[in-house]
Amino acid sequence: MAWLSIQKKLSGRKRALLILISFLLPLILWSTISYVPFLWHPMMEITSEGDSLYLEKGQRVKRKVFDRENKRLAAGGENQMAGVRANPVYLPAPHQVFVAAYTSFKSKPRRPGDPWLHQSLAHSVRVVFYGFLLSSLFGVPLGIFCGVFDFFSKLFEPFFEFFRYMPAPVFGALAVAVLGINDSPKIAIIFIGTFFQQVLVIANTTRQLPPSLVEAAQTLGARGWTLLKKVVLPAIAPSVFLDMRILLGWAWTYLIVAEVIGTSTGITWFINQQAKYRIYENVYAAILMIGIIGLGTDMILAWIGRNLFVWNGGKRNGLFQFLVELFYGSRHETFSFTRTKYFNHEYDTATEL
Amino acid sequence: MNTIPLPNYKEQSPAVADRFRRLKERRVILEAERVGKIFPVENGDIQALADVSFKAYRREFLSVIGPSGCGKSTLIRILAGLESATAGKVLLDGQMVEKPGPERGMVFQGYTLFPWLTVKKNVMFGLEVAGKGQAEPEALQWIEMVGLGEFVNHYPDQLSGGMKQRVAIARALANRPRVLLMDEPFGALDAQTRARMQSYLMQIWRNVDITIIFITHDLDEAVYLSDRILVLDANPGTVREMIEVPVPQPRSPEQHLSPEFLATKAHIESLIHSQHENEDDLPIIRLTQVNDDVF
Repeated sequence: MAWLSIQKKLSGRKRALLILISFLLPLILWSTISYVPFLWHPMMEITSEGDSLYLEKGQRVKRKVFDRENKRLAAGGENQMAGVRANPVYLPAPHQVFVAAYTSFKSKPRRPGDPWLHQSLAHSVRVVFYGFLLSSLFGVPLGIFCGVFDFFSKLFEPFFEFFRYMPAPVFGALAVAVLGINDSPKIAIIFIGTFFQQVLVIANTTRQLPPSLVEAAQTLGARGWTLLKKVVLPAIAPSVFLDMRILLGWAWTYLIVAEVIGTSTGITWFINQQAKYRIYENVYAAILMIGIIGLGTDMILAWIGRNLFVWNGGKRNGLFQFLVELFYGSRHETFSFTRTKYFNHEYDTATEL
Repeated sequence: MNTIPLPNYKEQSPAVADRFRRLKERRVILEAERVGKIFPVENGDIQALADVSFKAYRREFLSVIGPSGCGKSTLIRILAGLESATAGKVLLDGQMVEKPGPERGMVFQGYTLFPWLTVKKNVMFGLEVAGKGQAEPEALQWIEMVGLGEFVNHYPDQLSGGMKQRVAIARALANRPRVLLMDEPFGALDAQTRARMQSYLMQIWRNVDITIIFITHDLDEAVYLSDRILVLDANPGTVREMIEVPVPQPRSPEQHLSPEFLATKAHIESLIHSQHENEDDLPIIRLTQVNDDVF
């Protein structure tokens, strides 16, 4: 069977097809439940209330309740209600969510002064960005030092190992007490959630560095700071970059907790607010948005990684080279977007950016 | 048992004898004085090397050979300064060796080119660290010398195993080291590539003022390349014999079958073999029906 062979890679077409299906499958499942009327649909949406005293047009009730009420109306000789089978309000159909994903950007917040969806999203992205930046600013260098020097490893890692078992959210109340109710405690929660893991993960990655590379550099005269800068950093850079992509995903997870600390803000506030209004398609749209932002950032980072670390099986893309030269000028003698043939990565020495 | 009578490996032709006399008149580049190394382990210490002494003269090709576990790799790491001796000392031009340095170039068995640098940048590494100007033209010369001029802008992953080791040699030589230490540099290569690498190395050695210390477990390789061969015993690693190879220089592949070559090889084989005598008598259990008539 060509589709299932152990440890063999599938052909490009088959892989592309499966990637497509992996997204289509949940969508098809969701559509089936939403659009095939006799599947599930445990509710009745009332299209005309007849003479019912307490049910109104547009309301969704359980089918049992609907039937009982109609029976009662029929027994009393009153006008019966009419209705169509429907899903609960918390499961909107795909098209409703996709429409909502568009209209929720366009629709005004219900209460004047509340943020729009794009403002909420921007707020969330800002909090994640600062939290992750702050964590990386300290976490990456410290992680590398722990991986290179046993001194730092033994000085910091045992405590971090202990600290990372304390879930970041439990520091919420403390963070508010110390930092107030604005964005600072939220950034602090993301920092606490990310930093300790980051140091440990990057220290571990750094320890994977083959000692023979360092030894070879030493026999070529490199030592101390030069050794760190010219050998250790470039050698671990691709793996550290990959770690950072994974850690960024964790930072997003902590965001949702962080946003309910102090005053609720950002995308979490938007979701909670829409749930209160029972506009569930907006809830789904907002959740979808987080997924798209997450996957999008990761894909962009992966692309940057492939272009930065060409020696690691990547390939220099013309657009990337163009951007590099736009900011740095063409400083590579053997390859230049402006000077030689286009995109021939064989002649590309742009490794130290 | 040898079926062809071989000469004594100690008999040297006048030309060879004269060459060794002149070799020993040259200055001593690298000297090991009663070097010993003890590795501490949980249940007692392991003596890897004991009392290893030898001198390497200018432009000499000296091989170190011995059974596995004789501490050849430990020895070369001590010479490079990557490990410190627990006894004795190593002198380079009369100076104590303590740390690794660019005056002792090293080629490792595994591939140790920097994968993020192109061939050219790899060879330039030592020159740039030393802050020498003109790094690029000098590096290009060395790459040209190992015959990889077309590959200056390739990354190591795009090269074959033999090419990688040639770049590693160029990279070490670009620093103009006093001595080139090679730790089984061709160990991972196939037989054909290995033979080609040997003749490359011979050519380089003839054209560069360099002393080479070469670790190998391949007898053929040792006899073919070396002026002298240091044979080590195992457990602990001690000097068994320093052999002067009676095969005339310059070497060529046909000499592999010359009587002096075979005699030297046979002698080293007997030296190394004698340390393994008890391992030969394995209890043989016959697990299949064997028809002895066939023999």
